[in-house]
Amino acid sequence: MSGLELIALLQNQSPTIPGPGLPIFPAQASNFAREVDWLYYYLTAVTAFFSVLIFSTVFYFAVKYRRRSADDLPLPIHGSLVLEIFWSVVPLVIVMSFFVWGARIYYRMLVMPADATPITVVAKQWMWKVQHPGGQREINELHVPVGRKFRLKMTSEDVIHSFYVPAFRLKKDVLPGRETELWFQPTQVGEYRLFCAEYCGTKHAGMGGRVVVMEPADYEAWLSGAPQGETLEQAGARLYRQFNCNTCHDPGSSARGPELAGKFGKPVKLASGQTVTMDDAYLHESILQPNAKVVAGYEPVMPTYQGLVSEEQVLQLIAYVKSLTREERAQVQK
Amino acid sequence: MSNPALESPKPSPEGLPKVHYLNVDYGIRSWLFTTDHKRIALLYLASITLFFVLGGLFAVLIRLELLTPQGDLLSSESYNKVFTAHGVIMVFFFLIPSIPAVLGNFLVPLMIGAKDLAFPRINLLSWYIYTVGGILTLGALLAGGVDTGWTFYAPYSTVYSNSHVMLVAVGVFINGFSSILTGFNFLVTIHKMRAPGMTWFRMPLFIWSHYATSIIMILGTPVVAIAIALVGIERLFHIGIFDPNIGGDPILFQHLFWFYSHPAVYIMILPSMGVISEVICAGARKKVFGYSFVAFSSMAIALIGFLVWGHHMFVSGQSMYAGMVFSVLSFLVAIPSAVKVFNWTATLYKGSVAYTAPMIFAMGFIGLFTIGGLTGMFLATLGVDVHLHDTYFIVAHFHYIMVGGAIMGYLAGIHFWWPKISGRLYPEGWARFAALIIFAGFNLTFFPQFILGYLGMPRRYHFYPEEFQVLNVMSTAGASILAVGYAIPLVYLIWSVRYGPAAGPNPWKAKGLEWQTTSPPPTFNFDKTPLVTEDAYEYYSAAPAESAAGLTPEKQVG
Amino acid sequence: MHSGHAAGGGRPPALAHHFDDLEQQKEASTLGMWIFLVTEVMFFGGMFTGYAVYRALYHEAFMAASDHLDLKLGGINTVVLILSSFTMAMAVHAAQTSKRKAIINWLVLTIILGSVFLGIKYVEYGDKFHHHLVPGPHFEFAGAHAQHAQLFFSFYFAMTGFHALHMVIGIGLLLWIIALAARGRFSAEYYNPVENMGLYWHFVDIIWIFLFPLLYLVGHHK
Repeated sequence: MSGLELIALLQNQSPTIPGPGLPIFPAQASNFAREVDWLYYYLTAVTAFFSVLIFSTVFYFAVKYRRRSADDLPLPIHGSLVLEIFWSVVPLVIVMSFFVWGARIYYRMLVMPADATPITVVAKQWMWKVQHPGGQREINELHVPVGRKFRLKMTSEDVIHSFYVPAFRLKKDVLPGRETELWFQPTQVGEYRLFCAEYCGTKHAGMGGRVVVMEPADYEAWLSGAPQGETLEQAGARLYRQFNCNTCHDPGSSARGPELAGKFGKPVKLASGQTVTMDDAYLHESILQPNAKVVAGYEPVMPTYQGLVSEEQVLQLIAYVKSLTREERAQVQK
Repeated sequence: MSNPALESPKPSPEGLPKVHYLNVDYGIRSWLFTTDHKRIALLYLASITLFFVLGGLFAVLIRLELLTPQGDLLSSESYNKVFTAHGVIMVFFFLIPSIPAVLGNFLVPLMIGAKDLAFPRINLLSWYIYTVGGILTLGALLAGGVDTGWTFYAPYSTVYSNSHVMLVAVGVFINGFSSILTGFNFLVTIHKMRAPGMTWFRMPLFIWSHYATSIIMILGTPVVAIAIALVGIERLFHIGIFDPNIGGDPILFQHLFWFYSHPAVYIMILPSMGVISEVICAGARKKVFGYSFVAFSSMAIALIGFLVWGHHMFVSGQSMYAGMVFSVLSFLVAIPSAVKVFNWTATLYKGSVAYTAPMIFAMGFIGLFTIGGLTGMFLATLGVDVHLHDTYFIVAHFHYIMVGGAIMGYLAGIHFWWPKISGRLYPEGWARFAALIIFAGFNLTFFPQFILGYLGMPRRYHFYPEEFQVLNVMSTAGASILAVGYAIPLVYLIWSVRYGPAAGPNPWKAKGLEWQTTSPPPTFNFDKTPLVTEDAYEYYSAAPAESAAGLTPEKQVG
Repeated sequence: MHSGHAAGGGRPPALAHHFDDLEQQKEASTLGMWIFLVTEVMFFGGMFTGYAVYRALYHEAFMAASDHLDLKLGGINTVVLILSSFTMAMAVHAAQTSKRKAIINWLVLTIILGSVFLGIKYVEYGDKFHHHLVPGPHFEFAGAHAQHAQLFFSFYFAMTGFHALHMVIGIGLLLWIIALAARGRFSAEYYNPVENMGLYWHFVDIIWIFLFPLLYLVGHHK
């Protein structure tokens, strides 16, 4: 068996969750996995090379230059500037190669592609709540079709968790009070383990699940059969009325609050003189800490909904506000 | 025909000196109220050994639990408390004090030719502070323990955990002052109390590394004190410093915590590197290769070590650009460590290498620290750390450095200076045997954990999927061997205090001022203040190889 | 104990056994105090960093909260502390010139001024307590910024509280130095403890000089 075949055998060992045995590498199931593995092999090769070099040199010198008599007195060798420079510069060059390759992968991991389908993930002690854009909900599982790009928008209801799929080589901490994101494109059908990777209390080890990557046809079938709830926008619209957001934010009412329709993604001038963009983070903050960034020309009278809405509900409200255009506004008002 | 490389030091025919620091006074008060740095070092030795055994017992529980995929030995809550206890005890009450408080306290004055440290009473105070912190922390353990992990991340530690966070926080907070006082004492001593003729560049490398360590201790420890104090205040008053529900930022805790805790790992390794320099030179009977490079590397590690803390937070939600900056700096901090490894290896070249127990520990250190340090490169690599963060790869990496590195260095030092400390020789055969057992057991314990990490097994897991079992069983098997390896020196070192043959002033025929006085030394270290006329490690000279007592000025060669 | 000390005549009583001469002892002691002060800078620095982060994030709330601090009392306290640094410096000078009674008098003045500072702080804290501005279950803040105002006040109490603790410790140390001075321990030959006390006291003063504008003058520069 050639070296490459051996590597191929050790990789991709189990497209499904492996049983007991001695696996060495996890499956490669995302667009990032292959490249991360190659970088890992490079790091391993360099590590092995230098470890063997040091171990064997130390061993060799220890044997060759072992003490021959009790009065042995070796000549002093003070040092060598050339050697010092050599073995400072060469490692520096090597580690910089690690840096560049690693940074490039990291950049691609962190910059969200525009064409990724968003999926909401809410973590709480000790489970994962997943919601697809069409309203399908899952607990501790994530079904996705192979080949399509997905972007997880994640938040936590309590402590810090971390969404980790080893087969994807991806992980991101999930924070309370903030949204973090992770994107991927599954490349291989199968089932893969999902772990919580940030210690979060008693059942941290039990906060696992699985990611199921399916053929697109199977995925469509699953979607229609999945427990369906409202879409995020529908839930958000309901909450908007339930919490009386409309009484201040709808045009034509007493309009104590700025209009929201059509404003998502646009700049907003604040009372402090600053200008910010109306994005997810701004909306999230304004619902929970309304006086942090008050819009210019308005009084800071919005009450806080901290403790009245869950993180999940905040995400639904944000999805609703995003979806508003002027015509839809008029519709919903009816 | 015996092999000179395997020869043990010969017992001294003169026996022990009549009066020395151990027998100059008897009784518990002479120990508890001592200001002699050597006795204080032994007070620390007793305490940290106790904590090491305790921390080790918790490790045994962890490895036993992880033999099977199910959580069948302990409840989840208990397991979480056990790994927290293991971490808190090993980091704060064993590793950070170990070499500085035991070997540093004992040797710094001796190596620079001083009669004591600059502030002897503050030295004693640091031990009492350590003891108080330790008692509080033990109290917290007895009261039911803490389950936050040694890293105390908010908001779990500040809002959600129902365990004795406050008690442990107070214990660790108090213990930090012990560290600060030790560092502060060393800095002033090294600056102001060197013997005549000992310029900065004639100091032993052990002193350089303790100097660098002390800088980290005094600059970093106060910041973690604040971080812990804020956790305590948050828990008591629910203010919202780290609680996002009331406007706080949990990531701020991580920044404050890691700003100290990363340099803390250099507090743990730099002293060990100092020991290795001393042992290698004595064991190869040769001047160190590249003295100033090794000295400056210690300082560089201390400085750059303060700039890399964000590499613990690459997936925390920190900005991408911060991640890139911390990644580059993390690679840079590796270079001085690499330089040291190359210099130690080159010191062996054309040396006269003896296979004493300290040398075996030291050579083991070089190999294991190389692996540990290089696996750090995996973690500094952004794209790979995303996968490896919070997995067993991290656990393996830091245990290679802390156990394969720092503890091997500590044991090398304990053995090397045991004759000076106790006046007696330990049994060389048993010590070499223990070193090899420790080396084998260590690798079997922790190497499988690298593989587990890449497979994706997360840290701090009470139970795990079954495909991880074989590697976990290997790791536990290694741990049992390692435990035996650690038990052996406990036995023979204590045995040797009573039954070991007298060592004489310089059983290793080593260079260094500490070997120019009796074993054990008198309370004030030297009968006459030494005069230093040569560089460190001047093994080769026109004069005879060893000079047991008193210094004769020697001409430098080459 | 015996053998091996500096040859020659008697050692000065102030010289500790492990030092060769008074100069070495003085240098060690002064360097030690400076290093200790560096650790204090790092300690307070951690708190300043946290405060700076939240002030940048919640500027308006911090301004509103800062308005509740009594600028007059804070200002008086600043003057009081600066004066106490002056009296402390005079005490050091008296020690350097071997004026035993002057040392004690200047130190007593320093203690009085330090106590005035603490007394005013007590009044301020009492006022905060009275107006429900102490963070915790009884915190009340009128207006929109209640949540972040509580954050401001927690930093206020943490920072001024630790500072006040350092003042209390400082006064304790001053009493000890006075006791030593009364026994005639200090002179031009040996005045190191007084000098180090001065360093400590000046440092505590400097911390306040940073605290005052950061906490009290947040909104008032407009």
